Amino acid sequence: MENFKVVRLDGVNLTTLKIIGFLDAHTAPTLEEAIQKLLDEEQVNILVDFKELSYISSAGLGVFMGFIEEIRSKNGDIKMCAMSPKIYRVFDLLGFPTIYQIFDKQEEALATFPQNSAASSSE
Amino acid sequence: MPKAKIEYKLRIPSQTENLEIIRFFVGKVAEKVGFAEDDVGKIELAVDEACTNVMKHAYTETVKDKTLDVAILIDYQKLTLVVTDHGKGFNPDKIRQPDMKEYLAELRVGGLGIFLMRTLMDEVDYDIKPGVRNQVRMVKYLINRKNSKIVN
Repeated sequence: MENFKVVRLDGVNLTTLKIIGFLDAHTAPTLEEAIQKLLDEEQVNILVDFKELSYISSAGLGVFMGFIEEIRSKNGDIKMCAMSPKIYRVFDLLGFPTIYQIFDKQEEALATFPQNSAASSSE
Repeated sequence: MPKAKIEYKLRIPSQTENLEIIRFFVGKVAEKVGFAEDDVGKIELAVDEACTNVMKHAYTETVKDKTLDVAILIDYQKLTLVVTDHGKGFNPDKIRQPDMKEYLAELRVGGLGIFLMRTLMDEVDYDIKPGVRNQVRMVKYLINRKNSKIVN
């Protein structure tokens, strides 16, 4: 059974990663690979859409921590949107909202990326 | 919440693919004994963090029987989670609470599991006997009971 999935949506100067299911120590490498691939392609403007994520542990949070420094050093960023209150609480407990920009809605997040207009999913 | 003590046990291979099953097992028991949804989520995350630590660090390659035990003890007012492994153990005195300021400044990876366990649960302690058995014991008190009623 597939319990975690990353769906990639490429925009003009931005890629949205929709993460779906459970993000724990078992599934974290899948997300790690997806972000590493973007870095390899020099795509450093990344929006992570949490709308369909139902669970996260510190192993999942660690993935973002592992990349953020490098991405910001290349003038990019990882921003986040559409977290359920349950997921946001875990971020909040660890003080992550001071490190990452987290938006309620995907549209709000998209508007903060430079020169972007086409990475929105049509759901 | 039952008045008599009840114990639930799960013995499972120490592999990350089993985290989902462990969370489901613990979550269902917590739900059934009356913890509110919020607390069920905290208990699931705490057991995940404890078991992830075992799966990542407890056993060396050469150990054949890599299993871990998750026990849940229910009594009148609390749920006690005990995670046991038979691996190499560690020195709990050397685990320090990460300084969040320092952590955020350095953007360090990892080491958050134990911090989370202490934040999510009411009590956390360790009993380490390297190579024999290592245990982490965590307690959550049943305060915010789901569907509770105040009776005058």
